[in-house]
Amino acid sequence: MLSSSAGTIGIFVSTTGSSSPQIRQQGSTMPFGNTHNQMKMKFASEQEYPDLSKHNNHMAKILTPALYERLRSKQTPSGFTLDDVIQTGVDNPGHPFIMTVGCVAGDEETYEVFKELLDPVIEDRHGGYKPSDKHKTDLNPSNLKGGDDLDSNYVLSSRVRTGRSVRGFCLPPHCSRGERRAVETLSIEALASLSGDLKGKYYALKNMTEAEQQQLIDDHFLFDKPVSPLLLASGMGRDWPDARGIWHNDNKTFLVWVNEEDHLRVISMQKGGNMKEVFERFCTGLTKIETLFKERNHAFMWNEHLGYVLTCPSNLGTGLRAGVHVKLPNMSKHAKFEEVLKKLRLQKRGTGGVDTAAVGGVFDISNADRLGFSEVELVQMVVDGVKLLVEMEKKLEKGQSIDDLMPAQK
Amino acid sequence: GLILCFSVHLYVARVKPSPPCFHSIRGASSPTLPSTCHSLPAEKKKLKMASSFSRILSSKRKIQILSLVGGSVTAGFLLHRDHVSAGGVPVRRSYPASAEYPDLRKHNNCMASHLTPAIYAKLCDKATPNGYTLDQAIQTGVDNPGHPFIKTVGMVAGDEESYEVFADLLNPVIKERHNGYDPCTMKHPTDLDSSKIHSGNFDAKYVLSSRVRTGRSIRGLSLPPACTRAERREVERVVVEALAGLKDDLAGKYFSLTQMTDEEQQQLIDDHFLFDKPVSPLLTCAGMARDWPDARGIWHNNDKTFLIWINEEDHTRVISMEKGGNMKRVFERFCKGLKEVERLIQERGWEFMWSEKLGYILTCPSNLGTGLRAGVHVKLPRLSKDPRLNSILNNLRLQKRGTGGVDTAAVGGVFDISNLDRLGLSEVQLVQTVIDGVNYLIECEKKLEKGQDIKVPPPLKYFK
Repeated sequence: MLSSSAGTIGIFVSTTGSSSPQIRQQGSTMPFGNTHNQMKMKFASEQEYPDLSKHNNHMAKILTPALYERLRSKQTPSGFTLDDVIQTGVDNPGHPFIMTVGCVAGDEETYEVFKELLDPVIEDRHGGYKPSDKHKTDLNPSNLKGGDDLDSNYVLSSRVRTGRSVRGFCLPPHCSRGERRAVETLSIEALASLSGDLKGKYYALKNMTEAEQQQLIDDHFLFDKPVSPLLLASGMGRDWPDARGIWHNDNKTFLVWVNEEDHLRVISMQKGGNMKEVFERFCTGLTKIETLFKERNHAFMWNEHLGYVLTCPSNLGTGLRAGVHVKLPNMSKHAKFEEVLKKLRLQKRGTGGVDTAAVGGVFDISNADRLGFSEVELVQMVVDGVKLLVEMEKKLEKGQSIDDLMPAQK
Repeated sequence: GLILCFSVHLYVARVKPSPPCFHSIRGASSPTLPSTCHSLPAEKKKLKMASSFSRILSSKRKIQILSLVGGSVTAGFLLHRDHVSAGGVPVRRSYPASAEYPDLRKHNNCMASHLTPAIYAKLCDKATPNGYTLDQAIQTGVDNPGHPFIKTVGMVAGDEESYEVFADLLNPVIKERHNGYDPCTMKHPTDLDSSKIHSGNFDAKYVLSSRVRTGRSIRGLSLPPACTRAERREVERVVVEALAGLKDDLAGKYFSLTQMTDEEQQQLIDDHFLFDKPVSPLLTCAGMARDWPDARGIWHNNDKTFLIWINEEDHTRVISMEKGGNMKRVFERFCKGLKEVERLIQERGWEFMWSEKLGYILTCPSNLGTGLRAGVHVKLPRLSKDPRLNSILNNLRLQKRGTGGVDTAAVGGVFDISNLDRLGLSEVQLVQTVIDGVNYLIECEKKLEKGQDIKVPPPLKYFK
């Protein structure tokens, strides 16, 4: 306790203008309404335990009064507590048909300190992924077979996205304004060094002109302040639009969101069906960005077990969603559409993204998995799966049966 | 034990001593808490607090308060220890105040007007005994820049002590919001003697309904932005238990939001009693909607003229209302009900948050003092079209709203007219102001009906 290492005793150091990190008062600097965790300990665990009787999310399925009691006295070194992890799941009971995750991480250590809760949540969400499993990372696009010839009469556009977190900084639910701004500054610096077809420009949300804003909306690049209560309840919307922004290359095929739901969301996209090219640019860009961050002494959060660490447990591993906008007016009306998607390990969304409806028979089809498969494996599933779906669509157009095309479970 | 004492002293030496944790109790001759409450070793402080409170509180309650306050100092120490034992794990990087200062250039709320970088630097590392911080208090104002025409407050209190610990920011905010009321030099008058009201029975041809509302907070429990689930449930328990003791025309029933049946819910909607989960970002950004609908509910008397909301924007919101224009009777019931509820909670060792300088303490600084909004729904079709209406209202210290409440439009010439002020004037004074003002408005309407001209009245003198 009385060791001499700097900052262990003098908690209330409020220096200004100092360049070396100082230790701020821990625990009580909890953003978003939670009081000092130790104060809560004065109440019995049953008195604090949330009412989850009407809830249907992964967190509510796993959390028990006994588990709550064991974990509630803990906090991560940055002061993120159990109640912080689960607040979004308490505030959003969920949907009878859609199973949301119901918890978030405030920093990298959350996944360690609260593993008793998060490991079963991860296992449930990611198809039985065990605490002892190891996750493969493969960002070598030459390992992808095919993918350059999806029929652009049907496949209107191709897109791959993932997220990255910068090690040493708290995640969007928990970060302070200072941290968020530091992530932005670092990102701008790193992205400014990209060259060739990746050369681009940063647009800070709070500084952009009307003209820039309109252009970004027209390009479908601009992201808004989150309105989903799932995100807002976890504190990700605080201080909007401070330190949020969009970077994209001059060709408008490579895009980075800064400080939305994650530190960075990296997106590669283009019209048409050349998923291979999209994935190549994705891998090249990501690898370059990682190198640039490393040159500035910042790694991405990653470990052998969870792969890339992101805010939502659903995005662990690859954090990758590779998808296409594809015209499937006949296939989508087929009785076995859902079954086929399930067998191919794909999911459908409307063309506005998650929680939107399909318009004109055009669907967003993407991989359902994130963790336990490598990036290459997931993109391969999308490429092969979409190819099959388009074949089925063509057959249905001609009035033929698709029974002989039904795939096996991947 | 020795280590505990030593480290607490060290801890305090680097910190400016916080103000007293609890304010003096209104009217009682009980002593205030010694201002040295943080400079004593933890064990001694517990004993000292015990003697101060033993006269006022039951023993069960006492233990809770002691643990709440005594625990936070110990807790601070425990945090030290946790932090050190984390060993080589990288700790959260920290930034100077200048790097954390919010960008308020596009903001138009009271907090933004008064939060200078200097004040931010002074307060950003402080916390109330419960651990509530400046960043939490101002979050709603940072997230909601405001409207060019409407100036919102932009900050909330997480507990009673927020008004002391963050006084450097809250006092100027209070001053701006409440017409120059200075908490440092002025005292707020509380007066719930409804017999002092005169001519409070309006012409029912014009006044459709009358209503008085206020809020009350339970001392010792954190406010809605900061409370834990256990604290919120405790507020519910304390208040519901007390309300069960109300009798005669005040006897009633509690409807918990988590347990009400569909029929009960429909009835409450039809009666216009049911409140929903807040959607206004002003409230949700402050954290008041957490854990909804846990420990929220509505109590009302069988006559449906006295209503209490539990754990919405404040611990309690107390409402007296009836159809027609008998504002005096509405206020009589209001005062009687409030005093009864206070007596009932005091019997059980609790009390309302109140101080001489701020009056009744509520979550939003705009509701300090009386927390009182007395209003009517009044038909003023001709006056509503008169361009002088706003000046008349202003000089009478009244405000207009639509009949759906704040942020709604007037329908069919029917307005919600209520007092503008909350702090610096007593309940009796404010209600009388509304009565006199509404009488004047009705006179104007009658004049306009007869084709006569009306006059803008001279502005009312305020407490200055």
